[in-house]
Amino acid sequence: MKGITAYGVYLPRLRLNRQAMVESNAWFDSSLNGLGKGERSICNWDEDTITMAVEAGIDCLSALQDKSLSGLNLASTTAPFVDRQNSVLVAEAMNLNTQIRTMDIGSSQRAATSALIAGLESTRSGHNMMIASEHRRTKAGSRAEMLWGDGAAALTVGDDKVIAQCLAVATNAVDFVDHYRGEGSDFDYEWEERWIRDEGFMKFVPEAVSAVLESAGRVAAEIDHFILPTDQARTPAALAKQLGISPDAVVDNQIASVGVAGAAQPLILLAKALESALPGQLILLLGFGQGCDAILFQTTDRIERCRPDRGLSGALKNRREETNYHKFLSFNNLVERDIGKRGEVDKQTFLSGFNRRKDLLTGFIGGKCRACGTVQIPREKYCVNPECQALDSQDNFSFANQPGTVLTWTADRLTFDWSPPAYFGMVQFECGGKLMMDFTEVEEGMIDSGSRVSVHFRIRQFDAQRGFRKYFWKAVVES
Amino acid sequence: MASGIKDKVVILGMGCSKFGERWDSSPADLMVEAFEECLADAGIERNQIEAAWFGAGIDAFNVGSSAMPMSIALRLNYIPVTKVENMCATGTEAFRGAVYAVASGACDIALALGVEKLKDTGYGGLPQRTRGVENDMYWPNLSAPGAFAQLASGYRAKHKVNSDDLKRAMAHVSVKSHANGAKNPKAHLQREITEEQAINAPYIAEPIGLFDCCGVSDGSACAIVTTPEIAKSLGKENLVAVKALQLAVSNGTESGHISWDGSYLKTTRIASQRAYDEAGIRRPKKEITMTEVHDCFSITELVTMEDLQLADEGAGVKDVLDGAFDAEGSNPCQIDGGLKCFGHPIGASGLRMLYENYLQLQGRAGARQLSDPSLGLNHNLGGFPHQNICSISIVGPYD
Repeated sequence: MKGITAYGVYLPRLRLNRQAMVESNAWFDSSLNGLGKGERSICNWDEDTITMAVEAGIDCLSALQDKSLSGLNLASTTAPFVDRQNSVLVAEAMNLNTQIRTMDIGSSQRAATSALIAGLESTRSGHNMMIASEHRRTKAGSRAEMLWGDGAAALTVGDDKVIAQCLAVATNAVDFVDHYRGEGSDFDYEWEERWIRDEGFMKFVPEAVSAVLESAGRVAAEIDHFILPTDQARTPAALAKQLGISPDAVVDNQIASVGVAGAAQPLILLAKALESALPGQLILLLGFGQGCDAILFQTTDRIERCRPDRGLSGALKNRREETNYHKFLSFNNLVERDIGKRGEVDKQTFLSGFNRRKDLLTGFIGGKCRACGTVQIPREKYCVNPECQALDSQDNFSFANQPGTVLTWTADRLTFDWSPPAYFGMVQFECGGKLMMDFTEVEEGMIDSGSRVSVHFRIRQFDAQRGFRKYFWKAVVES
Repeated sequence: MASGIKDKVVILGMGCSKFGERWDSSPADLMVEAFEECLADAGIERNQIEAAWFGAGIDAFNVGSSAMPMSIALRLNYIPVTKVENMCATGTEAFRGAVYAVASGACDIALALGVEKLKDTGYGGLPQRTRGVENDMYWPNLSAPGAFAQLASGYRAKHKVNSDDLKRAMAHVSVKSHANGAKNPKAHLQREITEEQAINAPYIAEPIGLFDCCGVSDGSACAIVTTPEIAKSLGKENLVAVKALQLAVSNGTESGHISWDGSYLKTTRIASQRAYDEAGIRRPKKEITMTEVHDCFSITELVTMEDLQLADEGAGVKDVLDGAFDAEGSNPCQIDGGLKCFGHPIGASGLRMLYENYLQLQGRAGARQLSDPSLGLNHNLGGFPHQNICSISIVGPYD
């Protein structure tokens, strides 16, 4: 069977302080006081399942020498489009070739592990990327709001240069409805936590674990990393004890620092385990939802040589505390904010126009002039170099991984923005070429002419009237 | 070699409405107000106008498209009327059309009128509007102050200017214009302000504060132009002649090529040099005696003075603070209050600037009359620093 060849992670930079959440909600439900510890990751207004998936995918690619992929699967229960293959958008934002296989997998908290099993069992060669990304909406003042987080992780599966070999897989498919999100509903409906633990986790997980261990000819005591994605803080340790797995092997669900990222949680935790694993260790990955997936990996000697640019440790460090709970409500459209008349301007996307400019808008592709070598964005018919102006002379040139510096900037408090002030300015890329761009993730005082920036795929606008959202690339000041 | 426009066309009459929040006035009301003054000043009948150019900047909140709104509002006599739109250079563009028509001999008397009705949006500032199907998909959602504020960051970086010093110079620009505007009964804003008020006002787009922004106004201005010979035959004296009319439009170099550093306005440098050449001006600082520049924001005016060669490059802050462009300075700027205080109804602004030059040159500027004006320069800048349209007009006594 195949194995994992690389991994990557993305967590939104914003971390919402849970005490701030409690202070806003405990008047209604005093039981929230017990959950008011640590912080959770929250998407900025311009982040979603797609943008996080792109970031995780790029991070994963950073660890691969051969970056050509044979496929890309996106697992999520919060993909923004119901009919527009989200994985294709992710692939285009990553500038992958158009021959790759793509697929969206959803409808379950074990979407990612099921996709991973399919990938591991596939006979197709090449690196097949599995991205899991989740941005769940939750009701204000709910337990879910307190315990969940937003995030994404990506893996590549392949035969060559494997860092964690898959030893066995097992699944038991059982329609155990611990929660559900029905058609037309924005929110999960959950049953009692204790019942889920006793009748769900404690029954179905052991069956899957026994099956996978038996298949691999291994025993529970050998497991070095035990991954059970759940927002039930004590359940993984309880199960480990019942199964005979060392308590030291239990991989923490990071509820205190990130929150549980739904369908992305199994891959985030797997990336976490891979980051700390030594060669030859056993990793048991579970996915719980309408039954249980179990996948047993053994790390190889390559594990220590394969490190993504960011990984989970980098994602955890790239952090900014947010203490304004109302901002979180606004970002997730959980409160009807008065956005002012400037926010009322129609945001329709003209799809034919979008399609013409898709290279620029999704791939951040500019041009490089064959006549004079000038790189430029956007790519137009005539070269931008006033000394050249050659016609149709430009080859595609990706700006998506190009560093730049701020030439001019401002913080605009007049224009509409979901998180004012709107920062934007002229970015001068080191490769040449420049573009007036939005900045995101700016903290007051951190930006000036000369600041170094990287570019990131983000939401540009929502068209609430038509259920569409536009994406484009934005600059982030490097701290 | 083209001989240029110098002294081929003179202004027969001008008119300008009161600028401001004209809640009860329609675009047609504003047009008629300016036109009636202009007709009376020119001393001709409506039916003597042979062709007209109509400038209006923002269709969606103004009069709609085409030349018909003006022809109907002014009951013009089925003459050719051309609608022009070139952002904030629109008014000057209307004037250019009329002047060129007369200079070409295609007609003897032509009308240029600009109007803008900005205060039907329900909010402050310029209207939020589309920038086209493709641009809307990736351009930042930048407001006008957001676009021009970047000039400040580019200027600071280029000339190593301290933020506080630049902010103080910007404040001086606005304080000066408020002092001038206070003497102008047609100005939108007629109240003096202090430097402290300007500096401490809330930010609109860092470092542009409230008092660094021009007025967003309703208004209209117009001119009737003819040949010097016809003007004389109509008994006109103290003729004000067109010396230069130039326009430079960005071709994408500033926004996309590394040769532009964001600290200056390339189009202004090009258009003004062309205008000086056309008018035969060798030493702008000495020969230009008054300027109306596009002070949409205080930083724009400061940088523009350098681009017009009225301040040395990098010396704008010092010259502004030294009062070079104050009413009593060596090159008075915005003696009528400028966009800052007279107001900025987009399509009318270029013509409003000419109106002030015209009054000054004829000694009719009342409390703000300059002692000995000769050549007056007007500058409009449409768009944003990184891609824009610059118009320059220079007028002076007909020799």
